[in-house]
Amino acid sequence: MPDVSDFILKLQRRRIEGSHATARQTAELLRSVVSQTRMPYTNQAAALLDAVRAVGEQLIAANPVELAVGNIVRRVLHIIREEDLSSSAVSFEGLMISEKSDDEDDADHKGGPVLSAAAVAAAARSTLRPRSLQTLLEDGPLPAAPSKSSSAGDSEGKSKSDKSAVGKRLKHSVIEAINLLIEEIDDCYEDISEQAVEHIHQNEVILTLGRSKTVKEFLYAAKQKNRSFRVFVAEGAPRYQGHVLAKELIQKGLETTVITDSAIFAMISRVNMVIVGAHAIMANGGVIAPVGMNMLALAAQRHAVPFVVVAGSHKLCPLYPHNPEVLLNELKSPSDLIDFGEFSDCMDFGAHGGAPLMHVVNPTFDYVPPNLVSLFITDTGGHNAAHMYKLIADYYSADYLVIKRKSTSSN
Amino acid sequence: MAQKKGGKSAASDDPEELARMPLQAVLLADTFNLKFRPITLERPKVLLPLVNTPMIDYTLAWLVSVGVEEVFLFCCAHAEQVKEYIGNSHWGQSHAGFSITTIESNFSMSAGDALRFIEGKNVIRGDFILITGDTISNMSLTEALQAHKDRRKKDPDTVMTMFVKRSKPMPLTHQTRLGNDEIMMAIDPETKQLLYYEDRFDSSKRAVTLDKSLLADNASLYLRTDLEDCCIDICSPEVLTIFLDNFDYQHLRRHFVKGLLHDDIMGKKIYTHEIDSSYTARVDNYRSYDTISKDIIQRWSFPLVPDVLYAGNRAQMRLQREGIYKAPDVTLSPSVRIGAFTAIGSGTIIGENSSVSNSVIGELCTIGRNVSIDGCYIWDSVTIEDGCRLSHSIVCDGVHLHTGATLEPGVILSFKVEVGQNITVPAYSKVSLLPQPSKQDSDEELEYADTNSGVIDSPSIASISPANIEHDHVSSFDTEQSVLLEGGLSGVGYIWTSCETGNEEEWRYSVAPIPVEKLKEFYAKMFDEDESSSDGEQTGITHSGELISESKSTDFDDSDGEYKGDVSKFEKEVEETFERALGGVAEENVQLEINSLRMSFNVTHAECAGAVFQSVIKSAIIASNSSKSNLLKATIDAIERSKGLLSYFITNVDEEIEVILKFEEMCMEITREFAPIFSSVLHQLYDKEVITEDAILKWESEKADADESDKVFVKQSEAFLKWLKEAPEEDDEDE
Repeated sequence: MPDVSDFILKLQRRRIEGSHATARQTAELLRSVVSQTRMPYTNQAAALLDAVRAVGEQLIAANPVELAVGNIVRRVLHIIREEDLSSSAVSFEGLMISEKSDDEDDADHKGGPVLSAAAVAAAARSTLRPRSLQTLLEDGPLPAAPSKSSSAGDSEGKSKSDKSAVGKRLKHSVIEAINLLIEEIDDCYEDISEQAVEHIHQNEVILTLGRSKTVKEFLYAAKQKNRSFRVFVAEGAPRYQGHVLAKELIQKGLETTVITDSAIFAMISRVNMVIVGAHAIMANGGVIAPVGMNMLALAAQRHAVPFVVVAGSHKLCPLYPHNPEVLLNELKSPSDLIDFGEFSDCMDFGAHGGAPLMHVVNPTFDYVPPNLVSLFITDTGGHNAAHMYKLIADYYSADYLVIKRKSTSSN
Repeated sequence: MAQKKGGKSAASDDPEELARMPLQAVLLADTFNLKFRPITLERPKVLLPLVNTPMIDYTLAWLVSVGVEEVFLFCCAHAEQVKEYIGNSHWGQSHAGFSITTIESNFSMSAGDALRFIEGKNVIRGDFILITGDTISNMSLTEALQAHKDRRKKDPDTVMTMFVKRSKPMPLTHQTRLGNDEIMMAIDPETKQLLYYEDRFDSSKRAVTLDKSLLADNASLYLRTDLEDCCIDICSPEVLTIFLDNFDYQHLRRHFVKGLLHDDIMGKKIYTHEIDSSYTARVDNYRSYDTISKDIIQRWSFPLVPDVLYAGNRAQMRLQREGIYKAPDVTLSPSVRIGAFTAIGSGTIIGENSSVSNSVIGELCTIGRNVSIDGCYIWDSVTIEDGCRLSHSIVCDGVHLHTGATLEPGVILSFKVEVGQNITVPAYSKVSLLPQPSKQDSDEELEYADTNSGVIDSPSIASISPANIEHDHVSSFDTEQSVLLEGGLSGVGYIWTSCETGNEEEWRYSVAPIPVEKLKEFYAKMFDEDESSSDGEQTGITHSGELISESKSTDFDDSDGEYKGDVSKFEKEVEETFERALGGVAEENVQLEINSLRMSFNVTHAECAGAVFQSVIKSAIIASNSSKSNLLKATIDAIERSKGLLSYFITNVDEEIEVILKFEEMCMEITREFAPIFSSVLHQLYDKEVITEDAILKWESEKADADESDKVFVKQSEAFLKWLKEAPEEDDEDE
């Protein structure tokens, strides 16, 4: 598959910038992988899962720091599983009752307990998060796990009799679901910024660091609703993306002040709320964010200023961080910090016994521990850091958290 | 219709061309020098590992990242190995991002030969990138490529864009960083055209000799010593033709660039593109190998760094704190001390109490206990037994160091060499299983081209005859001999005598840091010179490149004799032209001709004015038939006739003075008949406004201190001068 290796090369060469673009392209790639996979007669879901897993493993290895890749791979695996369960259920029901029975019916029949068919279908099909806290609260307990595993076992035997129809249907519905996922990634800015007015109030002072598109849209949305507020932008050394953000905000008529990163502590007492973007949100509620964020979070905590992280759901990572400062970091070229031409004499290894005296370190990310984050705003609403694991359970299947496991055992 | 079509194609030419023409690159997988001997006898330089990845991978990765679609890989020495490597790696596969074609030639001995060979293949269709397989870069090409194309459109004589990088102009830096000489370039500040290139510039001389025309023809130019040549060029297809036409061009810089710059006839132009934040460097010798390895470990070449660069099926190294790169399956004993900026490849085992710092260790190495390794480059499958000490050395694949062996700084151990127990390999020695070729000749590399390490075993083993054991091997290593051992265990290998540079020069290009005493010497030399020429920095060449009168005047002194001859020849030419002018050639054409003469003889404007005047006077003599009364009249006629020409060439006071002096000289030497009428002619010149009052008065004041004999004409024109001086006063009074 040429486009796979092309994408892997791009990831390796760090040619794709930003987790949004990465997530979207990963989803598109996996969609084409699914559509190109030849469906066997038996156990089609497993074939799809294997194909996606194999590709996903390579993608993750290509750039282990870009967590969005892994997130999307896991989301797609989850989608395949969900679709497999519902479509095999269809075939099961179809054999038993009628060819034309739709999902709503079978969910109802199979589920057994008294439930509104429409509600279950909505939960199982369109949102794909049957066990979310919200659905649990709204619809009452859903007999998800036991009934599904049993039906999966049943349907495997039965589906053989009706393979081709199911195969097409499975593939089709998986592609549909991936399309929904891509749509969700595209719409995440809107979904998040809809909530802006609930958080930004009149005459407030907002502080942000660096440049995040999510934050920008969030602020724009508040401005559009005629909230008048001021924005402090910390410049975000060494890439100084804050300067770009300030320009963009001013174009939308927002009152903007640019400060250096080192002035954050001096300014934080005048700030009502800190709103920042993130590179990834880990399962424990910790945040991987551009460098300097931990310092900002600590300053906010010291002055009891709410520290709000806005991020699309594709940035939710189901992994728990281990040594994130090192393992989930990328050290970029020191040329962002200092000019090689100017310092080339300090990079002189011929003298001084061969050991370089000057070291320049340019990490890309910071890890902000969960206790420093006051609120997460994702496309589904506001969440507490402690609630993150539950949100993650809605999006991912526990079985597929570790992508690599299967392939290492097969090796 | 035809016109319309023409206009249309011109407008859409560029984007179309860009779309149609795949970007091509010529990658020379051979550097045509012997700096990496003896290692390159057994493996081509481009396959030598740089932080555990073959150099060519860095170059290819860069070519992919800048969007090159077709690569022509030129292999010469060890072509089979290069081809095999490319075939087995992911580069050869269809999804690599570009197509790679190997071109093999066994008889090319230089870059020039290689390019001539490629031209013969007829594969280059448009602009291409020329790069050697040992160049590490992460720069972006788009801007420079666009600039090159734009220049090509404006001026089809543009043949090349050279990349240069700024570095600190410390006199020592070039030496200590990359082990190469300083480069001096003259660059036009506006167009960035390269005007002068000298790669063996010696800043300690504090003087530079430039061609006069360089200063005459260019309104301004920068002389810069703070640039490094990146050895990456964007070339037009003409480059290949130029190489074909000049079959003696061998070296890309020394012959081609200098040749183009010095030969005006071709009119081909080379431009430079300065890169600022990106990293580019070329592994040229062992010292730059060391420096560039450390730059890579410090991530200057990001994203071409060990934990990112895709290395096929090997386990990826991960970066840990303090710049330590470790593959996941490294086995370290708990007591091992790993210092900062170290890379350890997969499958390597290090025993108790060993310490490693500032080093790169390859894959599948076994390192024993109590070993200390500092600043070394240890390649794959090396076995180092207990208690060895290694500092600043390169240890190639398969080397075996027996217990207690010591490598002093600068040692190179080539493939599969064995060093016996408790042997100390002296500093800067190079040890190989292959005997040193008896004479240093660039052909040698080719003879060994297809030898591989498997074949070599027999001669080397034969060389360890018991007789050798008795040799005192450590003290005299001038002749080839085996490194052996005490206690019966033998080592295997020949010690090479140092190359033609001589032993004292070894430290320059070695992988080891420069010894303290050498550094001191260097600084002392620098310091002395600063003392002797107190304001050296001002009168010499400052790094941003101001040129000073001093070096200019030296230039004139040097070529003084030749220069005199030139002027008289020039005068003769002008005279001839002038005679032809009398024959009826239009005045503008005469002006043009004389101007071109002035250019080609490279004389000043003043000299030119003098020569023209001389021609006028001579024509008067011919017209007068040498009678005195006629002479004055003829002179006046001649001046009247060529007034336009004279005023064209005589534009300022300096030139006017030159004309008077010339006239004076003529009156004394060649045309004595003018002597009596000197002042009348002077008056005439004044009347006809050829010469202004200022010039005459200045001439007089210049002559004031001269000898009496020189004052003849001043005295003769005393009356005229007096009148001149009074005239303006009267004017003033009038007003």
